[in-house]
Amino acid sequence: MGARENILKRIRASRGVGPEPTQSERTAVEAHIREHPVGTRPDLDWPLKDRFREQCVRMSSTIDEVATLADVPRAVAEYLRENGLPARAVAWAELAALDWSTSGVVVEDRPATGDDLVGITSVHLAIAETGTLMVLSGPSTPAATSLLPETHIAVVPMDRMVVAMEEAWALTRGTHPDLPRAVNFISGPSRTADIEGQLQLGAHGPFRVHVIVVG
Amino acid sequence: MTTTTQPPRSTGHSTGVPAAPARNGTGTFKQRAHDKLHDAKVQRAMRNFNLAGARARAVDEVPNFEDIRVTGAAIRDRALANLDVWLERFEREATRRGTRVHWAESHADINRIVVEIARAANVRKIIKSKSMVSEESHLNDALEAEGFQVVETDLGEYIVQLARETPSHIIAPAIHKSRDDVADLFQEHHRTPRKDSAADLTMEARKFLREHFLSADMGISGSNFLIAETGSTFIVTNEGNGRMTTTLPRVHVAITGIEKVVPTLEDVSCLMRLLARSATGQTISNYISMNTGPKQAGDSDGPEEAHVIIVDAGRSRLLGSDMQEALRCIRCGACMNHCPVYQNIGGHAYGWVYPGPIGSVLTPNYIGLENALDLPNAATLCNQCGVVCPVKIPLPELMRRLREKQVERGLRPWQERVGLKAWAWAAERPAIYGWLTWVAARIGRLAGGQRRLIHRLPGNGWTQERDMPAPEGATFRELYAKRQAGRR
Ligand code: SF4
Repeated sequence: MGARENILKRIRASRGVGPEPTQSERTAVEAHIREHPVGTRPDLDWPLKDRFREQCVRMSSTIDEVATLADVPRAVAEYLRENGLPARAVAWAELAALDWSTSGVVVEDRPATGDDLVGITSVHLAIAETGTLMVLSGPSTPAATSLLPETHIAVVPMDRMVVAMEEAWALTRGTHPDLPRAVNFISGPSRTADIEGQLQLGAHGPFRVHVIVVG
Repeated sequence: MTTTTQPPRSTGHSTGVPAAPARNGTGTFKQRAHDKLHDAKVQRAMRNFNLAGARARAVDEVPNFEDIRVTGAAIRDRALANLDVWLERFEREATRRGTRVHWAESHADINRIVVEIARAANVRKIIKSKSMVSEESHLNDALEAEGFQVVETDLGEYIVQLARETPSHIIAPAIHKSRDDVADLFQEHHRTPRKDSAADLTMEARKFLREHFLSADMGISGSNFLIAETGSTFIVTNEGNGRMTTTLPRVHVAITGIEKVVPTLEDVSCLMRLLARSATGQTISNYISMNTGPKQAGDSDGPEEAHVIIVDAGRSRLLGSDMQEALRCIRCGACMNHCPVYQNIGGHAYGWVYPGPIGSVLTPNYIGLENALDLPNAATLCNQCGVVCPVKIPLPELMRRLREKQVERGLRPWQERVGLKAWAWAAERPAIYGWLTWVAARIGRLAGGQRRLIHRLPGNGWTQERDMPAPEGATFRELYAKRQAGRR
């Protein structure tokens, strides 16, 4: 008998039940998955955008707001200039397609490598409770772009903002019956406190996460 | 210079039976605790550590935190109650999505499976994100013995790896190391000019580890949870090394215990609220990487092979026993951050992978009660741990049960057994008991002298570190009788 069978048998023996799961056990498990009840949560009754903004700042992200997607290139250019960062970035296709011609920023539509300094992405959804960006991997949304560059700029359209993680799952079950390979939740820049408990940003991932809310 | 980091070579641990790592001090818990109490560096490092305050602030923001704890405990109990069925469900879904699921009965199995995967994929360099289960099996040693290069990437784990030590805390592995220690280690291993500030040291580690991330063939991580609904792994980090480990190398292996399965995405959302607040006082950790299967068609990143190793190694024994509640643990570290014993002696004194109150419960259960005699007693039963545990594990009660088991199995030292028997015999005979305490109170008073302090009790380590206040010369019964007489 293989390890798998031994372990499963041992679990059942410890539980004091027969060697094979019964139909009713399996049915109960599937029923819980189908119903996927939401458990007790904190009070989530705040204005969406205010909460998101406040939590982004708490997680050491910086945040800006523009009226339309067409305003994004100018906002990106300003942010890069103010922070003394290079006016050159890689971006997800959907954002590389914006009109960058007058912004002075050179934007390439390709996945980031270890040498790129600025990565621009949008989000699948944004979570107000925790100031979190939810990004999904895919051919036009490479995971590396929000991970390898020192600066990550995330564009968050207001209509993609949800209250909490549970609402994000409810929507994602509709859009992605099979989850993509990677679902990443990003809340502020990478950090560590492993040397004498002192907080340092930019342990492995970006030093800076700049969020531009649209609308 | 990309390869100046020399990961420690095998120190010759057998990979089957987990032994207390000699690297962190030898001997019994008592000896190690004594050493750590007298180690100025450990004492200074432990004072730098205030995750408890951060937790308190984060918990105070949520008025119904207690109700969320109840929900969290129920979620974990639901999974444990039908553990095998949830595991099968996870396996089915993970397999459908292209993940290869392996099962390890023992620590030796873990190491064998990882070596097989690495060999089959022609791996040379391996990067690791934190995995406590791999600490149980001494996986790094096993891999290095087979000629693989292994680099830990959690900054704390990287530091203890360079120092050839083991983690002293489950979420802050190098908490016992000072900045000076780290500066020495980096100077020696990176062969770079010495850096002094935590900021410069972190930058240097980033630079060196980035090279490793980009050149590694295989990434190994733990998985905080396995999600049965979607067949996903769920890796929580603040540094982002979990993301690197699951995004860049062409093979990813997640190693985790059978108890880590969680039914649904909603369930894991609830547990995440508890985990981040309890661990570091954050509302959420910086990165959560949920991975489901390997790279898909058209993807530019992600591993070509995704593996999950589901580990028993002693866990199934706890199911259905009076220890089952310990399997709810979500490894937040709060119990150790609030433990007065841990705060004084640090993690290494506990002698195995898991320190603090949860370690005092898991270690005897996983490696045998007879191999961890002092651990269930390494607590004051003050119940700080029980109060903060986000999934309501009754840690002091579990330690008390382990103490009982030690007594039942005759594992306590003979002096203690004889002493307790004698006490029980006397306690059942009030006249004799009264006479004995009468004598003891008077001898004690004499021994206390002028200052009323006893400096040395016979055959007892208690007075090695402090004085015992001498009795007043009368027993409780005498004082009580006098008082009652006064009232009348
Ligand atoms: S026992 Fe509770 S407090 Fe301790 S690490 Fe586990 S979940 Fe956290």
